[in-house]
Amino acid sequence: MTLATLTKPWAAFSYGFLDASAKREMRRKMLKAIAVPGCQMPYASREVPMARGWGTGGLQVTLTLLKPSSSVKVIDQGADDSVNAASIRSFLSKVSGAAETWDTQAATLIQSRHRIPEERLRADQVLVLQVPNPEPLRPVEPNMSVARQMHADADYGRLWLILYEQMVRSGRIMEGAAYPALVNRRHVMTPSPIPRWDVPKLHMAEHLTFLSAGREKRLYAVPPFTQVEPLVFSDVPYQVEDHGALRCHRSGVTGYYMNEIPQDNGGSVFELSDSNLGIKAIRRAEGAQVEIGPTWYENGKMPQ
Amino acid sequence: MTAALALLAPHLMTTPPLLTLQGVSRRYGDVVALEDVSAAVYPGEVLGIVGESGSGKSTLLRMMNLEDTPDAGDYRLALPDLPGNLFVLDRFARRMLCATRIGIVYQNPHLGLLMKHTSSGNVAERLLIAGERSFAALRGRARDALEASEFPLNRMDARPFELSGGMQQRVQLAKAIALEPALLLLDEPTTGLDVSVQALVLDTLKRLQRDRAITMVIVSHDLGVIRTMADRVIVMRRGRVVEQGLADQIFQDPQHDYTQQLVHAKL
Repeated sequence: MTLATLTKPWAAFSYGFLDASAKREMRRKMLKAIAVPGCQMPYASREVPMARGWGTGGLQVTLTLLKPSSSVKVIDQGADDSVNAASIRSFLSKVSGAAETWDTQAATLIQSRHRIPEERLRADQVLVLQVPNPEPLRPVEPNMSVARQMHADADYGRLWLILYEQMVRSGRIMEGAAYPALVNRRHVMTPSPIPRWDVPKLHMAEHLTFLSAGREKRLYAVPPFTQVEPLVFSDVPYQVEDHGALRCHRSGVTGYYMNEIPQDNGGSVFELSDSNLGIKAIRRAEGAQVEIGPTWYENGKMPQ
Repeated sequence: MTAALALLAPHLMTTPPLLTLQGVSRRYGDVVALEDVSAAVYPGEVLGIVGESGSGKSTLLRMMNLEDTPDAGDYRLALPDLPGNLFVLDRFARRMLCATRIGIVYQNPHLGLLMKHTSSGNVAERLLIAGERSFAALRGRARDALEASEFPLNRMDARPFELSGGMQQRVQLAKAIALEPALLLLDEPTTGLDVSVQALVLDTLKRLQRDRAITMVIVSHDLGVIRTMADRVIVMRRGRVVEQGLADQIFQDPQHDYTQQLVHAKL
């Protein structure tokens, strides 16, 4: 018997790129995060072949969850074809053998920044959001140790104070992306820089959501069927972006979150931010057999 | 013969105290900050605490605000659903109690106020901690509290660091009384203000005390302030209570050597 027979054959990297102990730590922290919805769990963010701030947190969660039968979709600003999304997707498939897909329906694992797909996610799908700044209290408390104590005390008065002052100054709530939301009536989380439009999609959702910040080394989760309530005043209702009536100039679809495209004449047109939904709508209009799943928003409104 | 006037026992004799402190001691290393201090405050009265710097009067006030735990002692507030020694409460119960039942005004406005937020927002934060979630109610109640502390309402959305010292103290006062606390603690509220502003702030405090029959504890090294405000006075020295009694008694007929020195030094 030689030593070579007892060891694994040499490989360029371990399965799913991260080594086994790194993945074990990730799994433990992810289970903890599920156990305490919305609570930030610190983890040892590993080096991945990508710069911090480009989605390393989300990438580590995705790498841990991958298996050869997975089907991965990566979204950047709603699009599957941007350079960052395409590189992350091909990297994921290269290190794991998982299939790549653009189709929200076909994907089992969806890594995203800035958007949650418009089609409803199912119980067998996992959404991984890349988070630049996981701490909702940072604008009101720069000291992170104190902020953690405030989380422990559920001392969120100052977050409401920010909203109060926006109402006083501007007459409406100015918080755009990353609108703070109360998870499971206990922890306030920042739901990554998704627009206000996407926050209600997390409320009582069927799918599991992980939110992970690689540079800040924190991850938290929204388990299935968990309450996610944006912070609002009882007499000032939560408002999503006013996109319900806008029409996509390429697919003709209305009632979804749109990107505004400035035009040479000074005006602007709109196109679907969820590019895969736009592609499917155009194909279907051309007569192809394309299945578009049920969407969260119907006719520009979120059913209660 | 005229009908005999009904002789009522003095208020203090018929009502149990709102606040009772018993045998409170606190050491910081070798320094004795408080040594077996006992005190009682009756509903609706103003208790003054005087003493030189380092006599333990501010430490005592911090104990009353549950900011510090003593080595020994018992602290009770005669309020519904607050039985037992308050020093044994956990931090959550403490925080809620301090936010809703006790108001405090510090000498240094930086301790009591969020300097970067608006004045009305500072008051609203108190209401938010207590669970108020209606914007209209927050706005209205913040305005009422600021009005009650005679703060100029056209400046209610100015940030405290843009305001004068007297106005900052008024914002602190509004914040303290916003939830109509059972107990208002004042830690040198007028020190550092010039004499005319000091008189105005004391005037406001007096008016509040008269209108709302609020129970106050006021700490000051300034006997003038204590004489204006307090019904009863505690004199402290080196962490001990050396003398206590009605304000007039203390000022006209001080018994203890130290009190005599103090009163004569002032007058």
